[in-house]
Amino acid sequence: MTRSSEMLHVTVQRGTAQDPRKQRFDVPARENQTVLDVVSWIQQEVDPTLSYRFACRVGMCGSCAMMVNGVPRWTCRTHVSRVAESGQLDIAPLRNLPVIKDLATDMDPFFDKWVAAEGRHHPTRGRLEEFDPIKPDDPNRVEANLGIECINCGICYAACDTVAGNPDYLGPAALQRAWTLLNDSRDADRSGILAAVSGKGGCHNCHSMGSCAQYCPNGLNPMRAIAGLKRETVKAALRWKRDA
Amino acid sequence: MLDLRLYMAQRLSALVMGPLVLGHIAVMIYAIQGGLSTAEILGRTQGSLLWFLFYGTFVVAVSVHAAIGLRVIAHEWLRLRGVALVALTWGIFGALLALGLSAVFAVTLP
Amino acid sequence: MKQPARSHPLWFAFVLHRVSGLALALFLPAHFWLLSQAISAPARLDGFLAFAENPLVKIAEFGLVFLLAVHMFGGLRLMALEFLPWSDRQKTLAAGAVGAALFLSGTFFLRAI
Repeated sequence: MTRSSEMLHVTVQRGTAQDPRKQRFDVPARENQTVLDVVSWIQQEVDPTLSYRFACRVGMCGSCAMMVNGVPRWTCRTHVSRVAESGQLDIAPLRNLPVIKDLATDMDPFFDKWVAAEGRHHPTRGRLEEFDPIKPDDPNRVEANLGIECINCGICYAACDTVAGNPDYLGPAALQRAWTLLNDSRDADRSGILAAVSGKGGCHNCHSMGSCAQYCPNGLNPMRAIAGLKRETVKAALRWKRDA
Repeated sequence: MLDLRLYMAQRLSALVMGPLVLGHIAVMIYAIQGGLSTAEILGRTQGSLLWFLFYGTFVVAVSVHAAIGLRVIAHEWLRLRGVALVALTWGIFGALLALGLSAVFAVTLP
Repeated sequence: MKQPARSHPLWFAFVLHRVSGLALALFLPAHFWLLSQAISAPARLDGFLAFAENPLVKIAEFGLVFLLAVHMFGGLRLMALEFLPWSDRQKTLAAGAVGAALFLSGTFFLRAI
């Protein structure tokens, strides 16, 4: 049944960070409708200047995350019927990131922090050498497995109050990436990763409030990964003291 | 705002305080019945090396723990940073330590 | 009342831990100062202890004991989360910390009145 007579009352944040304003739209309600469908309908039917970001529409690319009624969500996989509060939708750009225009945020700080957390592979061997086999049931592999399905959508980063209060904090996604690499026997720079996550904005700023795990659309648990980093950095520091 | 060193100081002081807090609550539950008086408190603590060590350790640990905790709150909620944040941390640590030790001395010195 | 966005059990546990820690830190200077008067001005300390017989002060003391206990149990949960093998029962443990704190502070209150 299509309830074409019913309308959703949608407010969308427009403009840049210097000059944000709320704009109201009435959007026809459909039985099966995602938040991204609502944003696309506004852009196609009412205001073609509305800026927003999406690509795959099936929850793989991680580009369509927005704040929906104050909560960060992947809009392509979020059904309106599950999040609208009596027909009201409030859509805003991802929290904790600079706004470029309307619903599009500048993701640079997010990805810069991946690099700052040494969230890149440090090879142990060259391409002509045999590679190190990793068994699927190896405990480190099992631990890394818990974090590798991250799609870089930035939802955990937007959900985290520690990021909001401390702009230097590397954030859940970057730290979880560092944790997966720390558990990878093919990664050569263990001490480099531990040093990178131990600085002023490092893993020790996490307060384990768990908003990252609460809102991760893929059900990952960066809080658990960050706890692992805390444990390993402390172990390494104690070992270093003993050896010194 | 917290690097590894401050984090370890925070967790270590917390670990030290775990049993001390339990002991403190136990004493409170024991002593509160029938009201408190200065003479009753002093009768328990005055001249006791054990209570001096108990509350002396407690004061040192809580000064470290509260200074680091308030530092984090001042940074995250009040946007304090740099020299001001360092000064605040050490100021809170020093003030709590001085006040706390004077209280410990007052009730335990013979 | 409308729930604040992003509210969930572990977020509330974080807020409780922060607010209790802040309140205890602000209470400490007064606590220390009053006790340091035990020798130099025992009348002042006794005056306060008599004032503390007031039922409203007893309730405030119950609140302080609860804050202390909940900050300790909540902190023990966080250290277990960080240093022991991972447990998925964090929400249960956080609720348990509040329960244990209520038990201890409740025992204190029943003895105090």
